[in-house]
Amino acid sequence: MELLWILIKIVIVFAVVMLHVMYATYFERKVIGHMQVRMGPMRVGPHGILQPIADGLKLFFKEDIIPAEADKKVFYAAPLICLISALSAVAVLPFFEGFAIANINIGLLYIFAMSSLASYGVVLAGWSANSKYSFLGGLRSSAQVISYEIAMGLSLVGVMMLSGSLNLTDIVHAQMNSPYKIYLIPQIIGFFVFVVAMFAETNRTPFDLPEAESELVAGYCTEYSGMRFALFFMAEYIGMIVMSCLAVTCFLGGWSGPFDVPGIPFFWFLLKAYFFIFLYYWVRATLPRYRYDQLMALGWKVLIPLALFNIVLTGTIKSLFG
Amino acid sequence: MLENKAQLRLVKGDEATHEPYTIAMGPQHPATHGVLKLDLELDGETVLECKPTVGFLHRGVEKLAENLSYAQTLPLTDRLDYIASMANNVAYSIAVEKLLDIEVPLRAKYIRTMVMEMARLTGHLLWLATHALDIGAMTVFLYCFREREILLDMFEEICGARLTTSYTCIGGVRQDVTGHFLESLYDFTEDFPSKIKEYETLIDKNRIWLKRTQDVGIVSAEDAVSLGLTGPTLRGSGVDYDVRKHMPYDAYPYVKFEVPIGSKGDVYDRYRCRMEEMHQSNSIIRQCIEALPTGPIRAADAPDLVMPYGIQKKVAADATFSSGIIKLVKDSERYIEGDVYVAAEVPKGELGFYFVSDGKGVPYRMHIRSPSYIHIGALSFLCKGQMVADVIAIIGSVDVVLGECDR
Repeated sequence: MELLWILIKIVIVFAVVMLHVMYATYFERKVIGHMQVRMGPMRVGPHGILQPIADGLKLFFKEDIIPAEADKKVFYAAPLICLISALSAVAVLPFFEGFAIANINIGLLYIFAMSSLASYGVVLAGWSANSKYSFLGGLRSSAQVISYEIAMGLSLVGVMMLSGSLNLTDIVHAQMNSPYKIYLIPQIIGFFVFVVAMFAETNRTPFDLPEAESELVAGYCTEYSGMRFALFFMAEYIGMIVMSCLAVTCFLGGWSGPFDVPGIPFFWFLLKAYFFIFLYYWVRATLPRYRYDQLMALGWKVLIPLALFNIVLTGTIKSLFG
Repeated sequence: MLENKAQLRLVKGDEATHEPYTIAMGPQHPATHGVLKLDLELDGETVLECKPTVGFLHRGVEKLAENLSYAQTLPLTDRLDYIASMANNVAYSIAVEKLLDIEVPLRAKYIRTMVMEMARLTGHLLWLATHALDIGAMTVFLYCFREREILLDMFEEICGARLTTSYTCIGGVRQDVTGHFLESLYDFTEDFPSKIKEYETLIDKNRIWLKRTQDVGIVSAEDAVSLGLTGPTLRGSGVDYDVRKHMPYDAYPYVKFEVPIGSKGDVYDRYRCRMEEMHQSNSIIRQCIEALPTGPIRAADAPDLVMPYGIQKKVAADATFSSGIIKLVKDSERYIEGDVYVAAEVPKGELGFYFVSDGKGVPYRMHIRSPSYIHIGALSFLCKGQMVADVIAIIGSVDVVLGECDR
């Protein structure tokens, strides 16, 4: 019975996440479109509402090109690694009270592990295609993800110290019992580091160097086409939702809100998560792109020291004032 | 500095294992602005060598001109810098007028100056759009196109074409401007400074933008001169040279404007120069509208493909060839023997036309001194020792267009 319930949950979450990916692209194009004094998609359906379906169909029926010199097995596996690891990370997210597919003790660590695995897919994609631009993109990605993974992990140590747990549901509960109800205020430095690292971790502007289209054509996915390219695309958007949900869970109090909305237990969670997703789009429409060495300098010289300082500060305050 | 470091590392390492990583950037690449090909030799992401290859867009304009009358070559100049074709038209016309010794009426001079500055705005707007897009600021791209569209619509209003304008003719301009055109242009100039401010709020104070552009692609004043750079690319290095000031043509002696100059010669200075130039162009356009005199728009004795006033009906009756058109073109007695080089300040730099004439109706030889060609030649100097991402910023900052480079 329990297994069945888990299976049902998996199906629901999978369907919702996939639907989200489709309409996140639409949302992004509309948001950025209006920021850039244009309409965004308007042709397919009223206000372009069916555009994601048209795009999906197009990608599905496109020719699947594999470079002759590519390492075929790795080339096939890379997008799958990306997508599967991104999807697996969704499993531990508590969308509302008592709803997480896997309510495991090390939820936070698990998400880190999965997001590192996704970058493994990117590196393999860049390397297996045997193309120079892909290779450079893969190299950039590995360097970027390693440095920002550290900053991100360190930024969440403060949250772990305050809540005393790695379980995401427990972290939300601990926040609800804390004086400010959310960790945003006591962990403001950690939050800042996390948000910056979040953009780098998902390869989004201003840290979209691995796929910088004006420099490396399309970076690691230059040689991919059709559905395989779409898999990378989906992985990126799922990565965005995972990171947004993680930020909501760890800093903004998860599903808790100023008042309960009857019938929609995930209302506040969704609202907060979409704020971060909107932030992704907003930043993309506003900022230029960092250079490779500047990105590394920012990660190692600014974010990691800040995160370490945050840990020291949190520890000191915690031990002094309980 | 950087250059030496990168090369040193390569020399120190074992030659057999340290092979530079070569990349062919272009001719199909999102950031090379057309069909420019750069062969990059990389050490990691540092550029050791950058070899530009041009010629993918060669159409033989210079050779074609040897078989066409002066007036027939004019439409070919649209295809040089197709981003600001009006400026090429003017540059070509003033060169031929010098050769034929024709004095252009004052109204035509003012109109030409006006459209030339409009062309400068369209050119600079497209430059800013693509430069920002290359560095990753996507929104600036669309904001710039919004204003460029207005200017292109105005071009359409005066000559019927948005890009391939062919608006000037030898001895003047083809059509007179209307009151409506002047009004809408004046409205545009009222609005435009606030739009420039809008672009600047997005990028000018942005830390990432500053980091990407400052101290990147530095070229000293001496180097800039010896590389033959012109236009804003030269002025960014602090050299005060502007054809409009130093060899004034058309109505430039009658308008007031400043030539913005940089100091360091990096990507940021070149960017600032062009932004200031947009302000200056805007003010020149306003002065031209305010001072626009009445009178004829073409010199009476200019040869051209367009029929002089009054004989249209006759020509229409004769269908095409018998009396009007061809006769005027072949009227070669008035062409003077000798050489002439005349330059104009187009958005990219100094566009010069060099004619060798043997007194016939077609030039013996026409040479185009295109700024883009010379700027592309400077790329290998500018890119050495920089990162791959800087190459993109530098290509954007020297502002090249391949139609003009390959001609």
